[in-house]
Amino acid sequence: MEIVYVYMKKRSEFGKQCNFSDRQAELNIDIPPNPELAEQFVERNPVDTGIQCSTSMSEHEANTERFEMETRGVNHIEGGWPKDVNPLELEQTIRFRKKVEKDENYINAIMQLGSVMEHCIKQNNAIDIYQEYFDDEDAVEVTDEAPSAKTINVFRDPQEIKRPATHVSWHPDGNRKLAVAYSCLNFQRAPEGMSNESYIWDLENPNRPEITLKPSSPLVTLEYNPKDSHVLLAGCYNGQIACWDTRKGSLVAELSTIEFSHRDPVYGTIWLQSKTGTECFSASSDGQVMWWDIRKLSEPTEVVVMDITKKEQLEHALGAVSLEFESTLPTKFMVGTEQGVVISCNRKGKTPAEKIVCTFSGHHGPIYALQRNPFYPKNFLTVGDWTARIWSEDSRESSIMWTKYHMAYLTDGAWSPVRPAVFFTTKMDGTLDIWDFVFKHCDPALSLKVCDEALFCLRVQDNGCFIACGSQLGTTTLLEVSNGLCTLQRNEKNMASSIFERETRREKILEARHREMRLKEKGKTEGRDDELREELPALDLEELVAKAEEEFFDIVFKELKRKEAEAMKKKPKPVGASGHLELHACDQLDEDPGFHEL
Amino acid sequence: MAEVEETLKRIQSHKGVIGTMVVNAEGIPIRTTLDNSTTVQYAGLLHQLTMKAKSTVRDIDPQNDLTFLRIRSKKHEIMVAPDKECLPIVIQNPCEQ
Repeated sequence: MEIVYVYMKKRSEFGKQCNFSDRQAELNIDIPPNPELAEQFVERNPVDTGIQCSTSMSEHEANTERFEMETRGVNHIEGGWPKDVNPLELEQTIRFRKKVEKDENYINAIMQLGSVMEHCIKQNNAIDIYQEYFDDEDAVEVTDEAPSAKTINVFRDPQEIKRPATHVSWHPDGNRKLAVAYSCLNFQRAPEGMSNESYIWDLENPNRPEITLKPSSPLVTLEYNPKDSHVLLAGCYNGQIACWDTRKGSLVAELSTIEFSHRDPVYGTIWLQSKTGTECFSASSDGQVMWWDIRKLSEPTEVVVMDITKKEQLEHALGAVSLEFESTLPTKFMVGTEQGVVISCNRKGKTPAEKIVCTFSGHHGPIYALQRNPFYPKNFLTVGDWTARIWSEDSRESSIMWTKYHMAYLTDGAWSPVRPAVFFTTKMDGTLDIWDFVFKHCDPALSLKVCDEALFCLRVQDNGCFIACGSQLGTTTLLEVSNGLCTLQRNEKNMASSIFERETRREKILEARHREMRLKEKGKTEGRDDELREELPALDLEELVAKAEEEFFDIVFKELKRKEAEAMKKKPKPVGASGHLELHACDQLDEDPGFHEL
Repeated sequence: MAEVEETLKRIQSHKGVIGTMVVNAEGIPIRTTLDNSTTVQYAGLLHQLTMKAKSTVRDIDPQNDLTFLRIRSKKHEIMVAPDKECLPIVIQNPCEQ
């Protein structure tokens, strides 16, 4: 039974605009029920259906629009004085007061209320009604709760053209403020009219930034001075270093001269521990690390070129993307480069060659975060490409622990300042991972999707509870983690240190073995010609490729034959069905795991 | 008159009492041991609060009435004894044992 409805249109009318009109409904086709088809069905009796006798409810979610709040204060002035008394005149007020005090009702009232008041005062003095009776029992902490984190506040970039938040820094006292640096890091792709401003937010007021910093070039990094909470140091996109004093306003207080600054965006700036509290250093992808004194930003006090061949050649220098300095080890600092190498340096080296101590390579891409473990400074965390790795200074060849390769690029990472085994990482797909390696090694303890766009930076507050992360659209999210993740667990320090030691030992053993194997090979090849040694690698490659192809096709044919044999075995079924079977068998080949073995 | 003085002095001399003041029904401070601006602030704010508390109690049960109001804060306790004539206010720092 074919149901057909034909539409016709003249060729000359193709592409004409539509003229809609309204008309009554027309019945085109009417298909009456066919009782013969019911014979294909069997009536089912009894039928099992679930019923619930309760009120039917539906769940709806609604999100209110963001409402703006303002805080205002009210000033009290004296009032209530009767018209004839001028409140400013002392004589009149005194006279009025004396008159009131002579009133009999007043005296009675005071006597009565006085006794009531005394009773309450004595009560207060007798017992402290808010005394904690079971204080000492809090020491037994059973943290069985699952780790969790929740968003407390979101600070959005008030500009029209959204810029990524590239760096976050907490205020050193009390952590009530956040300084966020905004800049567009895509080379020359910053949209027209993008503002250069960066903001300092007060945590209480997410609607409006508290202080605006107006540099001449967008800021890539921003750091509060830990000694002086009014001073901020910033690295600009054009390579200059800028310094602000929040007491002086939002324009730059000091700016380094462009001739002596970096030639590329400044990716890392850190304050140094010094008596004056004015020293800092900066690193940039032009391959230089410069030391500055903010009182005199016209030129750097010292410059070190990140050339690992130790020849001070700027052409061979590796661009620095992250910088690390721990105040407990004041002579050493580390630089993470764009090439995936961590360079450990010594500040006190006499010659520039001595400054560069050693390198650690292991990442495939730029190292976006580099931080020593606050409890065990010999171990440090690097975040780059798709993994996060933990290194030990003793093992130079490879990292001692690493995460698996993720689906999204990792952009930033940090240790928790209160728990030695916990660290945080952010990814390009907008998730924040919290890793706890005394709890679980292979996966993060908690993985949170903070927002839909990429997260670029992360900063943990000193108490370990609050995390601020900045995203690609300039939104800074403030999260609070559950108690279990920010209180030191029993034995955690010992466990973390034993894990580090165990992994370091493992790496050392592996290194030793590698060295042995390499020595053995050297011994073998020393007997042959130089030419042979050169040709062998090339030949090897071609041979390997040919061999691989052969093996590949062998396996393919073997599988095909096997499938055909199976299909033949099942022949007794009707022709149509076996045709289907063969098709199915061929489809299966595509998913056959045998292919992946190569 | 002298008894009033004596009562107020006795209240002030209790342990932990930071300040005492008496405010009349219109909110004018009659007598106070604190400085003027603080007194005016306390008088204005507590007067309104006492009125509100009183009306709350009467709303719930019209035959009930507010006899005493105690506000415990982190730093100290504010005690107000309301009356239709006047409002004695005492600020005490309760001692922790």
